[in-house]
Amino acid sequence: MNDYVICTDNLTHDFGSLRAVDHLSLEVPGGIIFGFLGPNGAGKTTTIRLLLGLLEPTEGHARVLGFDSRTLADEIRLHSGALFEHSGLYERLSAEDNLEFYGRIWRLGTKERRTRIEELLTHLGLWERRKERVKTWSRGMKQKLAVARTLLHRPALVFLDEPTTGLDPMAAAALRDDLAALAAHEGITVFLTTHNLAEAEKLCGLVGVIRQGQLLAVGSPDELRTSRSARRLEITGRGLGGEKIAALLRARPEITAVEQQNNRLVVELGAIVDTAPLVSLVVNNGAEVEEVRKKTASLEEVFLTLMEEEK
Amino acid sequence: MISDILTVMWKEGKEIMAYLSGRSKLSPLIFVSVFGLFLPFQMGKIWVESPMVLVYSGWAALFLVNSIIADSFAGERERYTLETLLASRLSDRSILFGKILVAVVYGCGMTWLSLLIALVPVNLMHGQGGLLLYPLTVGSGIVGFSLAGAGLAASAGVLISLRAATVRQAQQTLSITTMLLLFVPVFGVQALPYGWKARIVEALTAVDATRVVIAAIGLLVLLDIGLLAIAMARFKRSRLISD
Repeated sequence: MNDYVICTDNLTHDFGSLRAVDHLSLEVPGGIIFGFLGPNGAGKTTTIRLLLGLLEPTEGHARVLGFDSRTLADEIRLHSGALFEHSGLYERLSAEDNLEFYGRIWRLGTKERRTRIEELLTHLGLWERRKERVKTWSRGMKQKLAVARTLLHRPALVFLDEPTTGLDPMAAAALRDDLAALAAHEGITVFLTTHNLAEAEKLCGLVGVIRQGQLLAVGSPDELRTSRSARRLEITGRGLGGEKIAALLRARPEITAVEQQNNRLVVELGAIVDTAPLVSLVVNNGAEVEEVRKKTASLEEVFLTLMEEEK
Repeated sequence: MISDILTVMWKEGKEIMAYLSGRSKLSPLIFVSVFGLFLPFQMGKIWVESPMVLVYSGWAALFLVNSIIADSFAGERERYTLETLLASRLSDRSILFGKILVAVVYGCGMTWLSLLIALVPVNLMHGQGGLLLYPLTVGSGIVGFSLAGAGLAASAGVLISLRAATVRQAQQTLSITTMLLLFVPVFGVQALPYGWKARIVEALTAVDATRVVIAAIGLLVLLDIGLLAIAMARFKRSRLISD
C-alpha cells in the first residue's frame, strides 16, 4: 500500500442526497502522470478535494503520500500543489508578486524564492513580463503562471484540475508540452483531471475513467485501447459473402455477432481472444483473404463505450 | 504561525494598495482631507480637547475597516482564489488572523494618520504660540477606541464575508449591521420617556468620564473577542469549499 502515492479505499462523498464520489478505490503509483477522465459532474473535482483533505469523506479512506486525508490533511497539503479549474491568481497583483506570495507560504528562503521564480518564469517564457499585473494577461499566460505557482515549492504530488479548459488549441498544446516537460524535469507525480481524451492519451502513463462518482476502468491508455480494440475483427477478401462461413463463425462461442458487408466480414468478439484460428477457419472454407484488421480504438472510443455501457 | 500571518498580511496589504491605486485612490485622500484638515480647521481647539474625538476615532476606524473587510473572503470566493489558498499549507488561523489584522492595521493607521495631520491646522490656526496636543487620557482613549472599533468591524466583517457569496452581498449585510449598531442605540435612547433619559444623563454625569470610556472600550473588546471566537468556529475549510 505504501508504494502508491495515492491510495483510496471505498472513498465516498455525499452532498446532501447527491452522491458525488461513490466507493472509489484507486491506486496511483509515484512518478507518473495519472489521468482522471470523466464527463462534467462525474466527481473528478470532488475527488481532488477529498484527496487534499478539503472535504471530509462520507465513507471510506484516502491515503495521499502516506498521510490519511482525514487526520493528516495538513501534511498532504504541505507536500502537494494544486491547480483547480480557475487559475486562482490574484489579478490585481503582478505575476512576480503572485509567486512571491506562494513562495512565502511555502517558506522558501528569499534567495531560493527568487532563483526558483526566475527559473520557472524563464522556462515558461514569462520572465520578461513578471512585473505586469496578471489581469492584463491572456488566459493561456495565466494558466502557465498558475502551473509555475503550483510547482514553485517542488511538491511531490501535483493535482491539476482540467488545466487546459478554455484555452485555444495552440495555447492548450503549449501548456501540455510545458506540463510534460516540467513533470519529467521535476520528477513529480501528477494527478490530472480532464475530459480532453487526446490530452490524456498524450500525457498520461495511467488513466482512470469515472462516471457518476464510480470508477469504471483503470489502466494505461494502451491497455484500455487494447482491451476494447481486440473485440472487433474486420476481414476483407473474396468469397466472404456466403452463408457457410458466416454460420461457422457464429457457431463459435467466442463470437457474439457476424455482419457481412459486400466483400467484408465484421466479426464481433465477446472477449479478447487469439484471432489466428478464426482467420484459418475462413481461409480453410474457401475464402481468399486480402486483409485482416483488428480495429484499433482511440481512447475517446474506449471512453464513449464505457459511458454507453454504464447507461 | 506568526510568519504565516505576516505572509497573509503581506498579500492583503499588496491587494489593498493595488485597489487603492486604482479607481478608489481618491477615497483615502478625501477621508484625510475631511477628517485631518477640514473639520479640525473648523472646530479648532475643541478638536484636541473634547471627548468627541474619541467617538470619532472609534467610528472612523470602524468605517475604514468596513470599506475593505467585505472583500476578505467573499472577494477571494468571487475571484476564485479561495480554493487555491485553502489548498495551501496555511493554517485556518493564520488565514483568518492575517485578514483581520491587516484590516485593523489599515483602519487604525488611517485614523491615527488623520488625527496626527489634524494637529497641523489646529495648531496653525488656533495654537496662539503654544503647541496643542491631545491630552494623554484622550490619546489613550483614541488608541483604545480605534483599536476596539476596528477590531469589532474586522471580526463582524470577516464573519459576514465568510458566508457571503459575493462582495456586494457582504457589503450590504455589513452596511445594514453597522447602521443598526449605530442607529438603534441613538433612536432607542430618544424613544425613552423623558424621566428615564434624565436619569441616564444624571447617572453618566455623576460617573467619572474616564471610567465611562474604559467601560465602553471594555465592552467593545468583549464584543470583539466574542465575534472573533464565532469566526474561528465557523472557519471550516470543508464548509468554505462546499459553500
